[in-house]
Amino acid sequence: MNSHPLIRLLDRGSTLFLVLLGAFAVAIPVLNLLMPDGSFLHVSTYFVSLFGKYICYGLLALSIDLIWGYVGILSLGHGAFFALGGYAMGMYLMRQIGSRGVYANPILPDFMVFLNWQELPFFWYGFNWFPYAALMVLLVPGVLAFVFGWFAFRSRVTGVYLSIITQAMTYALLLAFFRNNFGFGGNNGLTDFKDILGFNIQSDGTRNALLVTSCLMLALCFLVCRAIVTSKFGMVLVAIRDAESRTRFLGYRVEAYKLFVFTLSASMAGIAGALYVPQVGIINPGEFAPANSIEAVIWVAVGGRGTLTGAVLGAFVVNYAKTFFTSGILAPYWLFMLGGLFIGTTLLMPRGIIGTYNAWRAGRSEALAENAKNNITGAAKEDGAMPSASPSAAE
Amino acid sequence: MRLFSDRLIAFVFAIGMLVGGIGIGHAGPYEDAMAGFTTDEFSDTADSVTAVATSGSPLAPALIAALQDGRLLFSAKDKKVFIKTADDKLLDAETGKPFEGALPDDIDAVRVNNRLRGVIGAANGALTLMAPNANVRYDAAQSVFKSREASVLPAVEKALEAETNARVKKALTEARAAITLTADDSSEADKIAAIATISARGDQDSLALIEGLPAGQPPAVVTAAKAASAKIQRDLAIWSTVQNLWYGLSLGSVLLLAAIGLAITFGVMGVINMAHGEMVMLGAYVTFVVQELIRTKNPALFDYSLAIALPLAFLVAAIVGVIIERTVIRFLYGRPLETLLATWGISLVLQQAVRGTFGPTNKEVGNPSWMSGAFDLGGILITYNRLWIIVFTGIVFVALLGMLRFTRLGLEMRAVTQNRSMAAAVGIRTARIDALTFGLGSGIAGIAGVALSQIDNVSPNLGQGYIIDSFMVVVFGGVGNLWGTLVGALTLGIANKFLEPFAGAVLAKIAILVFIILFIQKRPRGMFALKGRAIEA
Repeated sequence: MNSHPLIRLLDRGSTLFLVLLGAFAVAIPVLNLLMPDGSFLHVSTYFVSLFGKYICYGLLALSIDLIWGYVGILSLGHGAFFALGGYAMGMYLMRQIGSRGVYANPILPDFMVFLNWQELPFFWYGFNWFPYAALMVLLVPGVLAFVFGWFAFRSRVTGVYLSIITQAMTYALLLAFFRNNFGFGGNNGLTDFKDILGFNIQSDGTRNALLVTSCLMLALCFLVCRAIVTSKFGMVLVAIRDAESRTRFLGYRVEAYKLFVFTLSASMAGIAGALYVPQVGIINPGEFAPANSIEAVIWVAVGGRGTLTGAVLGAFVVNYAKTFFTSGILAPYWLFMLGGLFIGTTLLMPRGIIGTYNAWRAGRSEALAENAKNNITGAAKEDGAMPSASPSAAE
Repeated sequence: MRLFSDRLIAFVFAIGMLVGGIGIGHAGPYEDAMAGFTTDEFSDTADSVTAVATSGSPLAPALIAALQDGRLLFSAKDKKVFIKTADDKLLDAETGKPFEGALPDDIDAVRVNNRLRGVIGAANGALTLMAPNANVRYDAAQSVFKSREASVLPAVEKALEAETNARVKKALTEARAAITLTADDSSEADKIAAIATISARGDQDSLALIEGLPAGQPPAVVTAAKAASAKIQRDLAIWSTVQNLWYGLSLGSVLLLAAIGLAITFGVMGVINMAHGEMVMLGAYVTFVVQELIRTKNPALFDYSLAIALPLAFLVAAIVGVIIERTVIRFLYGRPLETLLATWGISLVLQQAVRGTFGPTNKEVGNPSWMSGAFDLGGILITYNRLWIIVFTGIVFVALLGMLRFTRLGLEMRAVTQNRSMAAAVGIRTARIDALTFGLGSGIAGIAGVALSQIDNVSPNLGQGYIIDSFMVVVFGGVGNLWGTLVGALTLGIANKFLEPFAGAVLAKIAILVFIILFIQKRPRGMFALKGRAIEA
């Protein structure tokens, strides 16, 4: 591990991932905007939004992988951070509607007029200004994660306890956002958006721009994650994952490490939510449902936890399958498949797609090396993605 | 149908002749009142309604009902009133006999306005005050208490004289007091006596009545009213506390039933079973199937349906649980987080399987007769199904406690909970204990489902509604012993119900969740945590 930081940052898999993502970000808009409608190569605007959505899911999966794959924190409430980021963006988009709403009130969004509210609640101030909204996208999930994590990690809530508590958190938020008088549109959420930064949100150009922005944010967040996990800091994180008490005894402030990564991960999930909302055109309390958060975790598990690229791949694969199966005659069986995916992945392929591939390649190259040199240099390098399997860790 | 209504009328007549001695054709208050319906004036109609109601005529109920439904017709020219029966036959209202001959051409329905509807309501109240069924009389007295229609007073007095049932008599006295108190012409002493009666009743309606006393009362009455209102408020506060306690106990027992199996499996195996809620759901569906079979095969057994469903639900859920443990969970020991995901997958599969088999809609599960209904205990209403669930939860809890304490399996389960490797070292087959524990936990969830089917909708999502609350109970109570689960469930249930009046149901729930998140700061392993070296990872 004494190579140049840049080389460590961009290993083969990461470079391939970024190249593919870049190609994707260029190809889809080109095929959508430049190819004529009837052409074989034309990509419909529906698919542009769909892929944009997948990219956002990929970013959410990435944020989960950072804490689950590298620190061993299984958050079953990451959907809450995603939704909070989405709501921050939704509030900005609501304010942009202005007097074009059904009730034509220049200040108040429709649902407030409907509830007979006279003035804008204080927490809606400033959301008509994009930089402020963008800041909130990062801050709101970040601050919540910081406060939550500070309480949880300080008192050493770990393992399944933490998972259950995060699930309770998103459940509490779900209940709160369903309330009309909470000030976020209640049951219906925020919708009917008109434009973003002055561009019509429905137009093909904006949709492609949103897709490209999502890809850029994904690439950026991916690099941030890579930088963290390949640094010395990242080594400590893995140490915490595999032997928390031992790391603490070595003098590391385990809570501080966990808190930093958890907060960062929540902000990333917030970004994902913020990019998701303009592309799907609605945000409602359903996004807080605990089931959504658990589903996001399975994307990471399918792709391969602790690999970063795997998380994004998993989000793509599972969501594409979901879109494919839920739209056809197979719809009633989708939940069987999803359930089977949960069981099958944990049981048969705990390293996920990328993890399994890496292990297979590592095994093969090792065998080749052994054959060629017949030189035993050491035990097989343990795959970093695997948690310690000692039974005592469970008790 | 027609024949039946004819017979009914004939029967009513016979009774009327016997009881009232009112012969047809003899003009009485009832017959005199007929004229009022033909003038097409609301005030005349109101007077007539009151007259009819207090006339004691056996025809009165039919007439009032007809007026209420717009089936009372009149002819101003002929000064005649008709009742149109539900099957479109015309009866002469005065005699109750089918009307024969040519209809007058100006026939029209007697009009009703809102004020009149109030009078009709009171008239109905007065009529049913004399009903043969004590419960009907009681309800009528209650409705008079609420309406306080002064015109009913003679009817109330009359009913009071004839009344023998103590409960109805009390209600009638209270109704009379309510009328006396609100009437302008009653004397000061009567009013004070009335206040005493109403204050003894002491519920929300009494308070409203006394608080809403019109201004300009004599000073003695005002003082009495003030004292009575203070007393009622005090009583009400006490009863509402008792009521919250009761609701809390009820919710707590439901939570305990749902969480106790979870606590056992979590304690022994260290895994959270996300499919636990689906075991509850399976139990509820077993109840549904049992009831369906009983309905079609042998309806007489319906009251025993729950007794039949209980062991079946336990077996079905326990077998499913053991299958899950043997095929999935045992391969995931040492990986509790993955177990969580896998069991979530199982819960999705089970839900969808049930949805596919029984459909996504709510299934109707009936209450056996001994579980339906309610009774008053002081100022609160206690429903039998809630009461039985509390009793049932108590039985399950004690049985489980006894099982853990006195049986071989219980001993081994406790040993594995405390120290798995040590238990294995002394010869306990931990794998067998795991499977049995999981089966037991699931089986208890199954019987929880039987209980929940009595108070909740039986749908594929039934389990989802309880699972997070059950987790909270386990996290709050700790997994050290069952008492933790008991205290946890009851605390959460009661706290929830005490918060609800101030904050509303949703905010109360949020407050509880926030409280638990803060609580585990102090005690990360719950209230009753196991102490010892084995617990630290």
